[in-house]
Amino acid sequence: MRVGVITFPGTLDDRDAARAVVAGGSEAVSLWHADADLKSVDAVILPGGFSYGDYLRCGAISRFAPVMSLVIEAAGKGMPVLGICNGFQVLCESHLLPGALTRNSDLHFLCRDQEIEIVNNTTPWTTSYKAEEKIVIPLKNGEGSFQCDDKTLAELEGEGRVIARYVGHNPNGSRNLIAGITNARGNVVGLMPHPEHAIDELTGPSAQGLGFFTSILNAMVK
Amino acid sequence: MALDTVAIAQSSPDNVQPFAELGLKADEYARIKEILGRRPTSSELAMYSVMWSEHCSYKSSKVHLKQFGEKAPKSDALLVGIGENAGVVDVGQGYAVTFKIESHNHPSFIEPYQGAATGIGGIVRDILTMGARPIAVMDPLRFGPADAPDTRRVLPGIVAGVGGYGNCLGLPNIGGEVVFDETYIGNPLVNALCVGVMKHSDIKLAKAAGAGNLVVLYGAKTGGDGIGGVSVLASETFGAGGSTKRPSVQVGDPFVEKVLIECSLEIFAEDLVIGIQDLGGAGLSCATSELASGGSGGMKVALDKVPLRDPSLSPEEILMSESQERMCAIVEPSKIARFLEICKKWDVTVTVIGEVTDGDRLEITWNGEVIVNVPPRTVAHEGPVYNRPLAQPAYINQVNSQKVNVPMPSGASEIKAAVLKLAGTPNLADKSWVTAQYDKYVQGNTIQAQPDDSGMVRLDEKTHLGVAISTDANANWSYLNPYQGAKLALAEAARNIATAGARPLAVTNCLNFGSPEDPGVMWQFAESVRGLADGCLEMGLPVTGGNVSFYNQTGAVAILPTPVIGVLGVIQDVRKRTPMSYKTSGLELFLLGETKEDLAGSEWAFLHGQRVGQSPDADLAREMRLIELLLEGNAFFNAAHDLSQGGLSAGLTEMVLRHNVGATISLSYPAVDLLSETPGRVIVVVEASKASQLQALATKYSIAISKLGTTGGDSLTINDVVISLDELRTVHTSTFPRLFG
Amino acid sequence: MAKIVVDVMLKPEILDPQGNAVASALPRLGFSFAKSVRQGKRFEIEVEGEPTAAQLAEVEKAAEVLLSNPVIENFVVRVEK
Repeated sequence: MRVGVITFPGTLDDRDAARAVVAGGSEAVSLWHADADLKSVDAVILPGGFSYGDYLRCGAISRFAPVMSLVIEAAGKGMPVLGICNGFQVLCESHLLPGALTRNSDLHFLCRDQEIEIVNNTTPWTTSYKAEEKIVIPLKNGEGSFQCDDKTLAELEGEGRVIARYVGHNPNGSRNLIAGITNARGNVVGLMPHPEHAIDELTGPSAQGLGFFTSILNAMVK
Repeated sequence: MALDTVAIAQSSPDNVQPFAELGLKADEYARIKEILGRRPTSSELAMYSVMWSEHCSYKSSKVHLKQFGEKAPKSDALLVGIGENAGVVDVGQGYAVTFKIESHNHPSFIEPYQGAATGIGGIVRDILTMGARPIAVMDPLRFGPADAPDTRRVLPGIVAGVGGYGNCLGLPNIGGEVVFDETYIGNPLVNALCVGVMKHSDIKLAKAAGAGNLVVLYGAKTGGDGIGGVSVLASETFGAGGSTKRPSVQVGDPFVEKVLIECSLEIFAEDLVIGIQDLGGAGLSCATSELASGGSGGMKVALDKVPLRDPSLSPEEILMSESQERMCAIVEPSKIARFLEICKKWDVTVTVIGEVTDGDRLEITWNGEVIVNVPPRTVAHEGPVYNRPLAQPAYINQVNSQKVNVPMPSGASEIKAAVLKLAGTPNLADKSWVTAQYDKYVQGNTIQAQPDDSGMVRLDEKTHLGVAISTDANANWSYLNPYQGAKLALAEAARNIATAGARPLAVTNCLNFGSPEDPGVMWQFAESVRGLADGCLEMGLPVTGGNVSFYNQTGAVAILPTPVIGVLGVIQDVRKRTPMSYKTSGLELFLLGETKEDLAGSEWAFLHGQRVGQSPDADLAREMRLIELLLEGNAFFNAAHDLSQGGLSAGLTEMVLRHNVGATISLSYPAVDLLSETPGRVIVVVEASKASQLQALATKYSIAISKLGTTGGDSLTINDVVISLDELRTVHTSTFPRLFG
Repeated sequence: MAKIVVDVMLKPEILDPQGNAVASALPRLGFSFAKSVRQGKRFEIEVEGEPTAAQLAEVEKAAEVLLSNPVIENFVVRVEK
């Protein structure tokens, strides 16, 4: 099982995502932003970080990378794609996912151990979780407020395309406490918090993030 | 303005030059003329002025700092000592760790965000330039009173800057300090530490060797940032009316530095550089003269080749520019093509600007005309050395002869009030408002971060080898007794490492003081250095490098002497570290170390407006025995937490709130026991069945031990005082949000 | 030399925490004129000579695709002397 992890200039959590992929049982394949080559991977992760320094808008420049045209094409054919934090921002800028991520409502970068609820466990990235399972994984960003218009929100909620919600106090002003969403087809997932930093209690608040990386293995094996 | 060349300088010896405006004294200017045998060109004058400034040349501190070398303990672990960009120690398994702490105080007062951001950027580049991948940062910060309007101006900006730059680089922030005192109101202290890791074979030094090898400038383009920043800002105190030296502040771009890091590490991995230097204070003046000095001395640079952001810059300005995110490498001609290729991959601007030559002069040209021709060592290493007069200030005898006279709480309600007061006072309150703005998870190797006693990162995922770092200072003790204060800070930092189960290995230091032209301040400095050097010798911990920041004063009022000591230690298996607090009830708490009535310089005394008395005396022999005890006890300790500011009261508060499990404590003399700040004490938590094992260790290492109580419940109970965890938490965590929003 | 200016603002319904922060800070400094404040971005684009209609049309496209995020932002393109 080959899972690609894309590195843009300024990407930070690529090695951590790769570590999590391996911990989940798949092979991690490094993908360079400037190469239009997906190296025959079965799934792709866009990791967290500050690609292009968040110039212009988070993910606004990364979305035009050569590798992204292949990602968009593959996603259209059903390849599982996971965007974490900055990766989520790139997916929204690419219009693979609706809505946009904006500045945290209190204007501060926020790093905290965040409880979220998995509200959709049917995507290839969330099948390892029970329905409504609550997990604690790190949230760390300055632009994590998910915004969209009312029509989009109604669609997301109505079609069950919210995959994760913040539990308790809204950490960043996201509409409806949305922490993660999926596309209509259910193969592209965007998630603001970082499951790759919760794969081992030694270095994270829990090992509850591992489920994202075991899910994908199972999804492919099926 | 016409170009001032060497030829013109030779033929116009009597030109009046603005040496004083550039910060040089008359005798220094005369010495330059003596060295060169003529008057300097304006470019040479710029170079000397900035490199001979206090910040770059350490002219007031050198005579004292050499004690670190003279009194250096023998250490097999030291791979690179003082004198390079950062020290390097062997931590085993072929790994070398480099770490250093630096200050960026004055720029942060002027422009808090950028001052702090570029402070982080600068120390990270120092680590990178040793050949290491930076893996973590720490930020000891000091501000004026928490409720002062100017603190509300600088603190949020500084914290945002530390976070903004460090987070974007992908470096976890694993610790630091936030301290408030009126002494820092016009002079906030922003000290930044970075640690990096590499294999022994990767160590890089700043030397330009081999005639014909190329001098390559890469990274950001050069603009007008920080022109004169170094000599103008850090070498002079602020006028009491405040100043707006805005153009001198550097502006950083962490994305450029992140890319620079990745690009450089690829270059290092392919062994493409002979020597490398980052451009920090004094920019190109420093990089060229230091690299040339590190080699045989010969270098030729065409300054017009430097890529510019601002084409209007004059050669003098280019030489003084402190534009961030730039590095200078020495590359063999056979390797330059590959070097350029890697830079292109990362889209990093790169230019060959010169070459190493035979001979011993640094020659810089501008469009073919020679504008600098100097012996580089005279610029970089043979700056003025001052033996500033020092004299014990009058206040020392005055304060030392007074006794602390503070009301001590008696009875349950007063004791409860005291514990809550300490829990909520800004110096001891929960710092999440600050630390939540820092990414502590990136790179996935953080084992400990704030609010733990030390930061700890894993170096090897297979062997679980790790390092721990702590930074500590106690300005109150340093004020009362600078010699003891430095020793005590060293002991505390080492103790913080040992509580987690790591063995202290090496030291860095950031010495923040007032004006060296004040004999009293100079005495404080000399005593602090003497104390640190003596302490390091006794504890067997070499000083690997550090930083001096002078002129932290407004008008005639200097800050409290604030030597910040950083200690790095090694732990063989991070999985076996001793955590700061416990998660279950029914465990037993013990206090290691004897408590005496040490209120001088304490937080309790500070809250009552008193900074008098005698500091404790450091007993380093006992501290070292305590460290051995902690390391041996790591095998069965459930938790261990160092006591420092706020004494046992703060220590217990922090422990019970860490995982929300209370404790029931018995104290014979609750007021003194809770409020005293006797050094060398640690709270240890063990299972009841291990209590006798702990007692045996205490006997073995001759450390006093007393039982405090047991864990459990939802309150902190001390004798008949019951404080619910909810109330304690509310008081502890509401201070910073209330103050800073 | 004239330049093409693109002003980008968040759509009115999108939360603007930075604008709100500015609006809160103004009265603290003694400025009481503002009912509300919204913060946006301004791009200044230099071209050779005077901007042509064709160039303006291209800038509109660039604004749609790169300079703004149409999901949350509106933009206006104009020429400034």
